[in-house]
Parts: sequence; C-alpha cells; structure tokens
Amino acid sequence: MTTEDRSWRRDREGLGVWNGRGKTAFAGWGMSPIDRRWDGVSMDRTLGEYCKVAARAALEDAGLKPEDVDGLFMCPDNMAGANSGASASWGPSRPYFAPPYDSEDGLTIVTNKWLLANWPELNANKNVTYAPDAVPSIGEGLGFTAQAVVDGKCKVGLYIYTANNLDGRYRRGGTFAAPKAPGASQWNNPWGANVIDLQLNTTFALTQYCQRYGVDWDDLMFPIVMQEHMNGLMNDWGFYSTNGASHLNREDYVNSRPITSPAHIWDYDRPVNAVGAFIVTTAERAKDMKHKPVYILNHNQGSGGSARSSSITLDEYEAANAKVARMCYEGSGLQAKDIDIFNPYDGFSSFLPFSLEAFGWHGVGKGEARDFVNGDISIHGPHPYLSGGGNLGNGRTRTAMYIDSIEQLRGTAGERQVTVKAETAICAFAPALSAAYLVLGSDPH
Amino acid sequence: MPYIVPVPDELSKPFWDAVQEKRLIVQHCVACNSLQYPPRPRCLDCNAEAMDWKDVSGKGHILTCGVLEDSHLPVRAADQPLNLAVVTLDDDPRINYYANLPGTPPFQVTVGAAVEVTFEECPDGSLIHDWRVI
Ligand SMILES: [Zn+2]
Repeated sequence: MTTEDRSWRRDREGLGVWNGRGKTAFAGWGMSPIDRRWDGVSMDRTLGEYCKVAARAALEDAGLKPEDVDGLFMCPDNMAGANSGASASWGPSRPYFAPPYDSEDGLTIVTNKWLLANWPELNANKNVTYAPDAVPSIGEGLGFTAQAVVDGKCKVGLYIYTANNLDGRYRRGGTFAAPKAPGASQWNNPWGANVIDLQLNTTFALTQYCQRYGVDWDDLMFPIVMQEHMNGLMNDWGFYSTNGASHLNREDYVNSRPITSPAHIWDYDRPVNAVGAFIVTTAERAKDMKHKPVYILNHNQGSGGSARSSSITLDEYEAANAKVARMCYEGSGLQAKDIDIFNPYDGFSSFLPFSLEAFGWHGVGKGEARDFVNGDISIHGPHPYLSGGGNLGNGRTRTAMYIDSIEQLRGTAGERQVTVKAETAICAFAPALSAAYLVLGSDPH
Repeated sequence: MPYIVPVPDELSKPFWDAVQEKRLIVQHCVACNSLQYPPRPRCLDCNAEAMDWKDVSGKGHILTCGVLEDSHLPVRAADQPLNLAVVTLDDDPRINYYANLPGTPPFQVTVGAAVEVTFEECPDGSLIHDWRVI
C-alpha cells in the first residue's frame, strides 16, 4: 500500500461495509500551540518543533512512548498548494539557517524523513518500520492511516498534520497573478472566477440555495458561525481560546469585510501555523491504553461529483453531497438516525448547510437548515451541532472535527461534553464535494 | 475591464476563433445531440468522441450572482467590486457561463433577468464573450 497505489481508497458507492470496521481506533491526539503566523525567526515555533510537541502530546494522551510508534504518517503539503509561484513556498526570499533548518523542510513543511532524522527518540529502537511518503492531507490521510493499520503495515500509527501560515497573503502570486489563463483556467479566470479555492463554487451553490428556499444568507449562516466560535472557546487548545476571543456578534458578522458577497470574512477560516497529531492503533492494542478506544467504523475518499458546465448548480451540489452521505452510511453500516456527534468540515461556512441536509443529521431535510440552526444548537442542548467548533471556531488547523469527535465519544470533552448520547460521530476535512469523511463509534460493533 | 486573457489550446481553438468572429458556439455530440461547454474530449452524456460545433442563440438568463470584493486574482482585483454572475444558455440551460455583466453596476443584478452575449475586448485586443442584461 503506497499513496501511488490507489486501491486502498474507498471513493465510490457499492463498496459495502468497510472490511476494517471497528478493527482500528483512535487512542490519542495532541496539538501544538497555534500561532497566527510563523515569524520566520523563532526556532522553537517552527513546524518541525511543533510536530514534536503535538506528537508528544498525542502519545501522552494514549499512554505511549515515542518508541511504541511503528508507523509514521506525515503530509508534507504546503497550505498554499502548487502553482502559486513564490507565494506557494513563501520561503526562498529569506535566508535559511544552520542544519537541520537549511531548507523549508522542518520550517514550513515537514516530511517523515526530516522528523525521523531530527527527533531521535521517535525511532530510538528502529521501531518505525512503515513511513510512506506523500501521505494525503488529514481528510484522506487519517483514512489512509486506518487502512494501513487494518492491512497490518503497522500497529501504532502516528499521523501528523502540519498547517503553515507565514507573513503575507498566499495564492496571490504565481499563476494567480498571471495576465493569461491557460488550460482549465481559460473557462473561469478571465471573468475573475478563480475556482481553485472551491469557495466560489460553494458560494454560488449557496446563493442558489438561498434563492430556491427563500433564505437570507446572514439568517442562515450567522447562528452557525457564532455557535462555532462559542464552541471553539471551550477547546483549551484553539486559536481563539489561546490568542483571544473573537467576541463575534451578529452586527460584526453582517458588517464584516466582504470577500465574495454575500460571503464575509467570518465565513472563512483563519489561517494559522500549528500541528496536530493522532494515534491510530489496532482495536486490540487500544483496549489497554489510557482512554476508552474510539473505533473507526469507516473511511471514505474521493468526490461526490463535479460541475457539468462552468459553475456547479444547486442540483448538482446537493446530489454530490447526498452521494457522499450515502458512501459514509454504506461503509459504516449506520444510518442518519444513528449519528450522535456531527463535525463536518467548515473551512468555509457555506459547506455546512449542504452537509447538514445531505447527511440528514437530526432529521434535517432539504431547505430546512435555517430553521434548524435558529433553534437550539448549543453544546448542552438537544442538537449539539459542530460541537468541536471546527475551523471557524478554532483556526484553520483542520483538526477540531476529529479531536472533538474523539473527546465526545470517550467522554473527556470537559465543559464541551454534550448532554445527549455520544456513541457515534461523523467528522471530516472534506472541502466542498470531497468524500473524505470518517465515521467513529465508541463500540466496535 | 482588464479580462485575464484566455489561452486557446487544441481543443478550445475553434471556440475562441469563433469568438473573434463574434459568434458563440458550443460543442455538439454527433451521437446523442447533446450540447456542452466548456469543451471536453468526450461527450459527458454518452462518452462519444465524435464532437462538432454548433452556433447557439447567445440568449440566456442569470442563474445566480455574487460580487467579487477580494479576489485571488490580482489582475481582476483592480475592478472590484465586480459582478460575477452565472448565466444559463437558453438553448440548453445545463450550459452555464461566468459573466461580469458589463453595464450593470454591482449589487444591482436581478437573478432571473434575461441576458445576451456580448463580445468585449481583452487587454491584448482579442475578444472574449461576456453577457449583458437586456
Ligand atoms: Zn453524446
């Protein structure tokens, strides 16, 4: 199983219940501090250092030592992605440091080779026998890790996700600044429709949604965004709880800086510099660890669909989300009524009404999201939607969805602990039409 | 408006050549009669490779609209706030186009309004299709 071998991917309907259902579990998680940006000079706040901090915390949470790890899974992606020119790597214009900080690796991205070379205690006994390159980002990567454990590649997998943010604005240089639009971009960039970030397609799906169902954007989105900020403050590791609360209110939200109207700045997650780590192990090993195991009941990858023409239509967007939901339910053997905790991905708030209605969580159907979110969606009420606070409530670490689901199911969420049953969870880093969801359970059966 | 200049490729060259003649064409499937835009190597409906081109009316309607106020594309940021609409083609509403709706101020767009194709000049003097409210 390598990342080139795509056979591990559960990326379509008809695959049935996952053969690894209940055979692996989350045994621990850990977060580094969250900085708004790396300042380019603080060597104790590089992503390389933060990988060690987050991994040590995850191991401690599981009651393990570094030498217990036999599988290392690291996503070396840069947050800005490819094709952004100088803004993709952000680095080349500044001086490097003495080894091991003589390249971006260890500073703003981290590969498994860098970590193994620079954190000797991790591999003190040559215990790490499986460390594949180019592991996918956290949405698909945690599924990849779980599948590796099921397939016997390792017994204690350490998955580490790095989220970088530096000075300046990324995705403004490189091909983004070009006066010409080659390839696929010839059909959208000329009019300013930069679709690489997915935000335009989703914004337009949601403006169509508002038109069809007679919903005002702010009436729909503000209660969700506000609840996420409140929930995030109950995470002691989150950006706002460690760097100062947003003190968001409806007036601020409505009047906040427009990006693609009607979407405002608070509809978008705040980029941060931070690292999250997770321990995925066999169901057998997990039983003897510090906390109650949180079993992985299914993982999915791929996409629910795409636009037939230039821009995705509401019908296409809803159909694609519905397919993703069917994949999750099919693979886990669960149904909407079985899901207690629901932490879908919220990098843009506009994803959320679609996932809520497609998954039918707590019975919400098409066009019903506004009424639902204007009811009681608080942590301690009957519908604790997005109990982790997501990216919007914690910063763009892409980890809150997983951390909260683990904590709720093992009953260690503290003041964030829901008062309703918490035995199953859906969580994801699944932008737009991505199918990269996990289904978790406190019972392997 | 400083449109970003599209770069034709082998597949899209007939389309952009037609735009230079102020004609709007779409791909047409010889096998199943389906229309599609943007052009693709195969028919999205029947997977046939045999595709030709067909002139269309250039009439459409606004499906939805937003306003770009902080674009990722610095070339277009000069025009902000800038209408960005999605327009469906009356010949086949499954086909849609991005549009800046020249002539209509931002925030004054009516969803559902009728539009027609217009051919606007790019910074390099070439033409590009956009849509105007009629
Ligand atoms: Zn056809």
